[in-house]
Amino acid sequence: MTYSDLSIWLLIFAMGIGTFLIRFSFLGLVGDRKLSPWVLRHLRYTAVAVMPGLIAPLILWPDATGGVPEPSRLAAAAATLVVGLLTRNVIWAIIAGAATLYSVGYLIS
Amino acid sequence: MRTTTTKRTFLKGMRDGSPFLIVIAPFSMLFGVVGTEAGLNLAQVMGFSVLVIAGSAQFTAIQLMTENTPVLIVLASALAINLRMAMYSASMISHFGPLPLRKRVLVSYLLVDQSYASAMVEYENHPRMTLAHKYAYFLGVMTIVAPFWYAFTYVGAVLGTSIPPEYALDFAVPITFLALIMPALRTLAHVAAAVVSVVLALTLSWIPYNLWLLVAAFCAMVTGAQVELWLERRR
Repeated sequence: MTYSDLSIWLLIFAMGIGTFLIRFSFLGLVGDRKLSPWVLRHLRYTAVAVMPGLIAPLILWPDATGGVPEPSRLAAAAATLVVGLLTRNVIWAIIAGAATLYSVGYLIS
Repeated sequence: MRTTTTKRTFLKGMRDGSPFLIVIAPFSMLFGVVGTEAGLNLAQVMGFSVLVIAGSAQFTAIQLMTENTPVLIVLASALAINLRMAMYSASMISHFGPLPLRKRVLVSYLLVDQSYASAMVEYENHPRMTLAHKYAYFLGVMTIVAPFWYAFTYVGAVLGTSIPPEYALDFAVPITFLALIMPALRTLAHVAAAVVSVVLALTLSWIPYNLWLLVAAFCAMVTGAQVELWLERRR
């Protein structure tokens, strides 16, 4: 990370203010008005639109291995995905992923 | 009489908020660890958790920062995740509209996934709740959630510096996000959005400054909306 202290703090404040303004949008600025169905239909997908894209390259081409796919990370991602789908429980999925990451990592090292 | 019952509603909020700690505590601690490992100092890590209080956006920012992404792109990508909260704000106005501005500012700051989810369930189950009780309940939930969010970020940030690299912590964010995404894939439209996001992220990675993420996210969002529309029309 090569940011100056100033730009890190500017980012933190800008994210804080931006996030606040999103939360304050209707409560404080727009008031009691219905969101149009068109806008709602898009907002529903913001989280599932950003998060999978962010992690896909991290799973397939991790920086820590110089961008080469690595078995313990692939196995951990698969375990998290399967347990997450089956249980719909965030904590169990994370535990499954972490356990797989460390056990496969241990076995192949 | 009235004061005792709002107090009771406040306590009920605290009680209903406490199961969230099972996720909040490890999630915020992980943020402290990852943020510190990425090179932020203690004040900056705490600054994120106190000023932003939005875990997924904070993790996204840190991840993009470790790749030295331009600040404006980090900001846009992190805020894109938080856009869903405009939806929360829109549905909360029917409950909190008459509150004085000062209290609506506080509600806005504390409007996170957990407080929104518990409040919507509680208000729906008790349609005759008064404004004072709704406000007390909301604050009750966040009185338990927010301090733990700050405190465990601090614990993680202090621990972060002492964790050796062979623990593969670079992989904590992918695993956590993957675990968070799975329960969110409620409909075919959500799945379609996620698939488009992944495919475009992998194929567009040649776009500089990590701008591919915003492009992939935008197309994925439109895909989700279009698939939803298509499913509705077929019914």
